[in-house]
Amino acid sequence: MAGSASVVTLAVRDLAVQFGGVAALGGVSFEVSPGTITSVIGPNGAGKTTAFNAITGYLRPARGEITWDGAPLTGLRPSAIARRGVVRTFQKTSVFPSLSVADNVTIGLHLRATAGFLDVVLGRRRIRDEERRLAADAEAIIAFVGLAHRRREIASALPYGEQRLVELAVALAAHPRLLLLDEPGAGMTSGEKDVVSELIRKIRGRGITVLLVEHDMRMVMGISDIVIVLNHGRVIAEGAPADIRTHPDVIRAYLGTTGDRA
Amino acid sequence: MIRLARGLGALLALTLPFWLANPYFLHVVIMAGIFGVLALSLNLLLGYTGQLSLGHAAFFGIGAYTSALLTLRLEWSFWLALPGAVALTALAGWLIGRLALKLRGAYFVLVTISFAGVISLVSVNWMELTNGPLGLPGVPAPELGPWSLRAKSAYYYLVLAGVALSYLVCARLVGSRIGRAFLALRENEPLAESVGVDVTHYLVLAAVVSAGLAGLAGGLYAHYTRFVSPEVFLFTYTVTMVVMVVAGGKGTLAGPLVGALLFTALPEALRLATSWQWQMLAYGVLLVLLVFFLPRGIVPALAAWRARRAS
Repeated sequence: MAGSASVVTLAVRDLAVQFGGVAALGGVSFEVSPGTITSVIGPNGAGKTTAFNAITGYLRPARGEITWDGAPLTGLRPSAIARRGVVRTFQKTSVFPSLSVADNVTIGLHLRATAGFLDVVLGRRRIRDEERRLAADAEAIIAFVGLAHRRREIASALPYGEQRLVELAVALAAHPRLLLLDEPGAGMTSGEKDVVSELIRKIRGRGITVLLVEHDMRMVMGISDIVIVLNHGRVIAEGAPADIRTHPDVIRAYLGTTGDRA
Repeated sequence: MIRLARGLGALLALTLPFWLANPYFLHVVIMAGIFGVLALSLNLLLGYTGQLSLGHAAFFGIGAYTSALLTLRLEWSFWLALPGAVALTALAGWLIGRLALKLRGAYFVLVTISFAGVISLVSVNWMELTNGPLGLPGVPAPELGPWSLRAKSAYYYLVLAGVALSYLVCARLVGSRIGRAFLALRENEPLAESVGVDVTHYLVLAAVVSAGLAGLAGGLYAHYTRFVSPEVFLFTYTVTMVVMVVAGGKGTLAGPLVGALLFTALPEALRLATSWQWQMLAYGVLLVLLVFFLPRGIVPALAAWRARRAS
């Protein structure tokens, strides 16, 4: 499998998150190897999105450690985490609704620009060059996700599947080294899911590590290098898709043979 | 078409005192300009970052008092006192921005209202500094070399320059990475954070620039009326600014200026047209009709109309 000799990029150790008295995550540990597509699966309420929120700074964990390239991410704001190359998408469609597709993606390029307050107010020439470069970058990313024909349209007016692509384009614009996708296929037709799967493979091809949460098993098994299974806030299995499919604990968690109802 | 209209507008603005000699009309236009700066300032927060400040009269008042006091007590030249007023108001904006970092929506509104309330009380009660409710008479008119800008026709050009400067600052910000960060904050804050937009930094920046511009308007007002009293903190001023921004079109560059012109001229026109009993009633009815038929404001409605005609 990929990354046998390479260094670990993202390491989560003993991560615990509490909501009031309820443990949403009770000490989860896993690692994500560079250049892979790693999927986190598990029944509803297993803590998948919670783990995402903790890694990207939207939730403060009760305990545990998250390191990225050897440095801790815990306690940083989401924008600071994005600056380190860790960018996420959201489970519910999340775009800048009343702006055009091009403007959405250009906002995503925020970290690629350098213009400060004085540069802007004084109208320095450098800024105009930078704006031209940003516009070209945005065009390229929009074309990459296949929305070139939609670039002038308002994001919220697009069909659902295309809004998810806008979201992906915005995240890619931030130049992630690690991209976390929260249910990228949710609510899509199977044709749209194939398009997204292909895009995720292309994203890995660009050297971006992908960590994703997904419910669609066909999609997960089709594109993942590694699958991590969470249940009740704990990792119950980890491995290649073929091993996961036949893992007894995984089958039990999904089918509930012990009488558990997720 | 739009360039022709712009050129014509600029020409009219530059030659206005030559064909509008009536001092009363000139006064209305000057006040419209001062409110134009205020509306541009409020629009930066309300229209672009999506945060409503209902304490904007405080920034206006701080600007007016600062510029007046610097010229009266320290005998600074107007040309130093005005930037001084802008700087101090910007500092007040920074303070409010920092205080309101974690607050949004109604809570942000409440902080700005309370801030305005506190500042207003200070202006009434700190007699030694502000002369209390009696106000500060005799604020000097600006001088430019040997000329005094006391005449309305001369002061008009000063205000016009203030409007142009404010518009330029807003236009450049809006068309840049900074303006896009403001919009991102209005549109979807968690998503903005996820791509590296430091939301709190940009909220504070918007508050600082917005307050600074309101301070500029305050300074221009003080040296025009040449009298400053706690009345500059009246809540009515803030409401007027909100009306101008919303009616003109929030989140557009031209909207606040259109709104300022319309809603400075409208009360004056109504005063000429009807008796005082009907004035406020007519104003209210017109405002309701405007919001009802053009909910997004005049400028966006015009833009939509043009787009429809073009297609």
